Amino acid sequence: MEVKLTIKRVPTVLSNYQEEGRAGGCGRNCLGDCCLPGANPIQHFICLSLAASKLPLYAFKANPKKPAQEDGLPTDFFLNSLLLTQWEDRVARGLFRYDVTACETKVIPGELGFVAQLNEGRHLKKRPTEFRVDCVLHPFDSAKFNFTKVGQEEVLFRFENGGGDDSYFLANAPSTESDHVPNVVAINVSPIEYGHVLLIPRVLDRLPQRIDHESFVLALHMAAEAASPYFRLGYNSLGAFATINHLHFQAYYLSVPFPVEKAPTKKIPLAKSALKSGVKVSKLRNFPVRGLVFERGNTLKDLADVVTNACIWLQDNNVPFNVLISDSGRRIFLFPQCYAEKQALGEVSQDLLDTQVNPAVWEISGHIVLKRRMDFEEASEVSAWRLLAEVSLSEERFEEVKDCIFQATGLTESDEEEETTEESPCASSSSVPLASSHIPEGCLVRQ
Amino acid sequence: MWARLEAEEETTAKKKDARARGKAEMQPAYTDDDEYTKDDSSEGAQAQHVAGLAEQNASGRWQTGIVGLSRTRSAIGDNTKHAEPTRESSSLQLPNTARTTHDFTTLPPLPLHPRAAHADLFLLLLRPPIDHATDPAGEMETSAAAAAEEERGLAASLTARYSDWVAEELDELGGSFLLTDPAMPGHPIVYASRGLPALTGYPRRAVLGRNARLFQGAATDRAAVAGLREAVRAQRAHQVAILNYRRDGSPHWVLLHVAPVFHAADGRVLHFLAVQVPIAAAAATRGAACRGPALFAACREEARVEEELPCAATHAGEVFVDIDKRGLEAEEPRVARGCDKEKALSTASSIFSALNRYSKLTGLVVCGKRCDSVGIPALSSSLNLSLGRIKQSFVLTDRHLPDMPIVYASDAFLSLTGYSREEILGCNCRFLSGPDTSVDVLEEISRHICCEQACTVRLLNYRKDGSTFRDLLQVSPIRNASGKVAFHVWVHLDESAKCDFNGLTPEIWQLGAVGAVRVAVRSLSASGSLLRPAQ
Repeated sequence: MEVKLTIKRVPTVLSNYQEEGRAGGCGRNCLGDCCLPGANPIQHFICLSLAASKLPLYAFKANPKKPAQEDGLPTDFFLNSLLLTQWEDRVARGLFRYDVTACETKVIPGELGFVAQLNEGRHLKKRPTEFRVDCVLHPFDSAKFNFTKVGQEEVLFRFENGGGDDSYFLANAPSTESDHVPNVVAINVSPIEYGHVLLIPRVLDRLPQRIDHESFVLALHMAAEAASPYFRLGYNSLGAFATINHLHFQAYYLSVPFPVEKAPTKKIPLAKSALKSGVKVSKLRNFPVRGLVFERGNTLKDLADVVTNACIWLQDNNVPFNVLISDSGRRIFLFPQCYAEKQALGEVSQDLLDTQVNPAVWEISGHIVLKRRMDFEEASEVSAWRLLAEVSLSEERFEEVKDCIFQATGLTESDEEEETTEESPCASSSSVPLASSHIPEGCLVRQ
Repeated sequence: MWARLEAEEETTAKKKDARARGKAEMQPAYTDDDEYTKDDSSEGAQAQHVAGLAEQNASGRWQTGIVGLSRTRSAIGDNTKHAEPTRESSSLQLPNTARTTHDFTTLPPLPLHPRAAHADLFLLLLRPPIDHATDPAGEMETSAAAAAEEERGLAASLTARYSDWVAEELDELGGSFLLTDPAMPGHPIVYASRGLPALTGYPRRAVLGRNARLFQGAATDRAAVAGLREAVRAQRAHQVAILNYRRDGSPHWVLLHVAPVFHAADGRVLHFLAVQVPIAAAAATRGAACRGPALFAACREEARVEEELPCAATHAGEVFVDIDKRGLEAEEPRVARGCDKEKALSTASSIFSALNRYSKLTGLVVCGKRCDSVGIPALSSSLNLSLGRIKQSFVLTDRHLPDMPIVYASDAFLSLTGYSREEILGCNCRFLSGPDTSVDVLEEISRHICCEQACTVRLLNYRKDGSTFRDLLQVSPIRNASGKVAFHVWVHLDESAKCDFNGLTPEIWQLGAVGAVRVAVRSLSASGSLLRPAQ
């Protein structure tokens, strides 16, 4: 008989409508019919679909590597003129549970520079929710909260592929676009940082929290459109502290380098056949959580596909994981983790549990939100390290997982001895395919 | 007694002119409006010019007024032995109570000091007339007692703020300059330098107690005068080439550099300093004015100017391009050369050093700008860089400093309003307001600032050249990493300017500046690089 491993956790509230027991209704400002109690899901669908078609539309260019045209949108339009302005507008409308800029933040002195935030307001709900931690994939459950139930005012704009050479923005998009299921960007009402939003691919399709190719490409495009190394996207699988089982990525803007981005890495040499996609893989060194770093790739899609295949393997094999997309989509960190399992098995020390930190992607990357003032005052690199070390897979387990990932992604580790050259964490801007000839040890050329 | 003599000797025309002049002189205690200038019509200007001549002509009939006595109101009845100070060609004794009315028509044609404002230490003396025939140098020959009293009175405006030796120190400095005291009625001159007589023909003591407008005359450009007035009202430095008149009535061009002297701790204006540098006749406009020294290197990267004094040198020559020249058509407007400006600045800065040296002895620190090292925080270069990328027109103010000064202004703001960065850093935003700006809206903004809330308002604001624009203004508190409000951001938008915001509404586009400032301030302060490290 299978033992169900569960933990009780209080999820973070992501939407103002995420209240348990809310019978029906898709939010205010709807057309009215579907807000009646007992309304059927089809009516919800129609209502949100109509609402979504009235949103402003941002259409990104098909190839982010192509430089923008003269008369196109300025590079910072997406981030500064669209996302931050919309966010600020919602602040003015009072949609957030608290003012995140009123939360104390500091960079902890140390080599890695962990960022600690004291946020006593994030943790508001009292009723815990059960999550099975040994099962990363759960089917979508309409009864539970999902993003079709968010209020329209929480949704900022649609994010679609324009298919052309240039990005464009339509404040009032024509509704004929609605045969394509919209991807939307919504605010996170319990923000970790300024500009904290949610990217919800194909919201009306109601996908469960699992990565697929199309969605991951979308996420990379968003990172590329923002064009800022400080605007990062993250993904938490179920069991790795995702709170809502509806496919979504999170993103926010913090103009400070993350510790994980500064950590040294060791390249994993790949066999020739694996170099076709141009993706480079490295392993994190000197960082409390073991993880893989994927970069380069001939095209954005190549990189996305490799990472997606890795994630799919992890999902299918019940390994919870987190993904961080950084450096405008050029560097992707993959962290398999096991904290929830350890919690359920009672293997985590009480003082760490008392901090009530759920180590999701942001915490693992080094941005730790603390709920108690004493934890904030005493936060140090050592204490952060200690917490995150519990999250990591052990070395053996990690190597096993890594091998499986490689297999799943069609990458083959080369037979050469592992390179010991340290790669500097600053990724260069262009992605140039490496020469595919067999490279002797020690002569690896970084472009 | 003297009044009667004067009245008899003056012609009717002069009487009328003097009355007009008196009207011009009459003013309430220090207000924001008319310090160095007068607001009245050309009749007044004409009167002054005539009066100037009258002074010259009157022989032995002038009296010098010294620095006015500003008394508390309770002490007003107490000046039985003093009459009001008078100007040169006429005097009149009037009981003080008459001053409380501003009914110009019933007052005798004399400069009258208005109601006193604050208690201060001055004596108001009526000195015996000077016989010019016997005193060609124009120096006063009075009784020793009167002279001594005058010295004391002179010194008092300064010694209340600086140590007793400051006058001697200032005497050592070359150049022609004045110190005036805005807290006193009539904004009088309280100190005149050694070099003044050579340039203006007025003996030093002749100008004490008088408003500095005495140097102006009929053909002085009103626009320049208005600019000076604005600068004094806004308590900021100003430089302008202006036509002044010597005592003998002859006009001459000077570069006038006016700067406020601030009490460094509380930002009060203690004095105004006015330096006069003569502009030589053959000064053609030079494309690149002679290179100023580091004085002019007000670097735009830094949010404050450190060593040098601020100067609005940009319009030094341009003011006169389109003037309505009344009177003197023969003279071309002069343009101050770079070396003139340099001289003005160096004189001003030596005066400041002197004041500072002697002020420290009394424990007071003065500065040329309201933003000294004890004033505006120096923003770090990273913050300046981040803010510099923001395209909208905005300023940052700091509510924790006295009078909530501007600590950063974007380039777009400078182009919108026409000011230069040096002119406005350290100043409160009120210089944007004018007569038609709604007071209610300003109060609403203040209320929101106090409650640390954001607000969006529309109001009428004024550019430097006096033109107005409809301003869509968003004011928001900006917190640093500790969660406390560090600054307020004021994002302006000229509603009449047609701009393409790529499909966004203007209000939404403005919010981009708010967001960008928030991110910059929060992130940089989290990593400790918000402000420049203290020296």
